[in-house]
Amino acid sequence: MIEIKDIAKSFNGRQILKGVSSTFETGHVNLVIGGSGSGKTVLMKCMVGLVEIDTGEIKYDDKIFSNLDRKERKPFRQEIGMVFQGGALFDSLNVEKNVMFPLNMFTSMSFEEKRDRVNFCLKHVNLVNVNHLTPSELSGGMKKRVAIARAIAPNPKYLFCDEPNSGLDPQTSIVIDNLIKDITEEFNITTIVNTHDMNSVLEIGDKILFVHKWEKWWEGTIEDILKTDNKELNDFIFASKLAKNIKKTGLI
Amino acid sequence: MNWLFHLGRYWIFMKDLIIKPEKFSIYRKQLTRELDNFGYGSLGIVALTSVFMGAVITIQTVYNLVNPLVPLSAVGIVARDSIILEFSPTMMSLVLAGKIGSSIASEIGTMKVTEQVDALEIMGINSSAYLVLPKIVAAMVIFPFVVLISMFLGILGGWIAGVLAGVVSSADYIKGIQDSFVPFNIVFALIKTITFAFIITTVSAYHGYHTEGGALEVGKSSTSAVVYSSILILIFDYLLTQLILT
Ligand SMILES: Nc1ncnc2c1ncn2[C@@H]1O[C@H](COP(=O)(O)OP(=O)(O)OP(=O)(O)O)[C@@H](O)[C@H]1O
Ligand SMILES: [Mg+2]
Repeated sequence: MIEIKDIAKSFNGRQILKGVSSTFETGHVNLVIGGSGSGKTVLMKCMVGLVEIDTGEIKYDDKIFSNLDRKERKPFRQEIGMVFQGGALFDSLNVEKNVMFPLNMFTSMSFEEKRDRVNFCLKHVNLVNVNHLTPSELSGGMKKRVAIARAIAPNPKYLFCDEPNSGLDPQTSIVIDNLIKDITEEFNITTIVNTHDMNSVLEIGDKILFVHKWEKWWEGTIEDILKTDNKELNDFIFASKLAKNIKKTGLI
Repeated sequence: MNWLFHLGRYWIFMKDLIIKPEKFSIYRKQLTRELDNFGYGSLGIVALTSVFMGAVITIQTVYNLVNPLVPLSAVGIVARDSIILEFSPTMMSLVLAGKIGSSIASEIGTMKVTEQVDALEIMGINSSAYLVLPKIVAAMVIFPFVVLISMFLGILGGWIAGVLAGVVSSADYIKGIQDSFVPFNIVFALIKTITFAFIITTVSAYHGYHTEGGALEVGKSSTSAVVYSSILILIFDYLLTQLILT
């Protein structure tokens, strides 16, 4: 479980997060939704310690993460997997070496074990026979999938995905969404996903946090979201004509 | 100029580099890659500039030697000493600052803006140490060899040009380059080279590592890397010469 309490962050005097609090349960997919520029990425980077928060507290299970220094955070690092919005694959390494990278750094597995693990993870994201391609030879969606494979390779306890399916076709999106949900439940991971894709919200959201105007605007489950009369949330989720009609006719 | 800000941030950047390597084998692999990159990769440009530099120095020295009382072998002495003391270590370092400094800054800068540096950090890897240490060590190890080669090629270039132009005889030149040779000059040149290697790699890495934004900023960092390493090379060239040779 990850708990955030009142976290605030500003850049050069511009407040991006104004005291956001929430809890993210283990074994569940926790979604953070919000418009472009609403601060989802900043929130996620604060949670993993890539951006230092100004005030507030971040707890991983029962340990206060935000008080630790770089050295003390190190044991956590090996339990955190993160998929960056742009993939962030290492340009100089091929697909196999990218996924193997965290294993090389921190495990004493033999090369065969590592390769098996890599192939297992790549197969999970529907990538076969691409081991020797470099990131520049991959399509945007393939990069995302390799990034997911790299994040799950070391068996993380906490998984952070920043828009894992933006730029993917609807079919692959759903495959990725379900993959995230499956591994979350199978390995009992605490998963947090940033998204603005309504399909994902309906497909895998166990719990949803809506960030708007730099604060927590709304929070609830998938059942709640269909019943809510929160105007901004409804405007956001049911933005398209299709979605509006679906909501009106009560098909979901 | 906000040079105090940069000095402070450079200092913090350098302090973060001093760590126990996560896994030695990984660093060794990086080191081999950089050695190859910096050494083998810069031989071509170094050879070309050194030969022409030696040639120009020799011809200009002859041109300036109008006193018939000075033997022509002095051309060899002047060419040798200026190549060893100044041209090879300093000019080659300036050339390498352009070639290697800009590539370090743009490589690390690109990794920074595409979040690859964040990806390293998230895995618990000290990104600055992982990316920069192998480069510093590789440059400090390989640059002295590159400069030695440059000295040899410079003196050779001077000989070829002098003889081809018919301004100095082969015998005079060779006598000159052997005359009153001070081995310490080579040691001094290598001390300079190692200092410059440190300047080029750390200053360029510093600029790359603090890139924020996108492709445009990567380009700017790479320019700053070359400009500031070059300026610092010239300042330290002067300081070291003052300190050691006087
Ligand atoms: N390092 C930074 N320095 C200054 N401002 C920043 C920094 N990082 C983010 N911001 C600002 O914070 C705001 C929120 O950005 P963020 O990337 O979190 O948005 P987002 O919700 O992830 O959007 P998107 O859906 O487009 O990815 C933006 O206005 C951005 O300009
Ligand atoms: Mg974002």
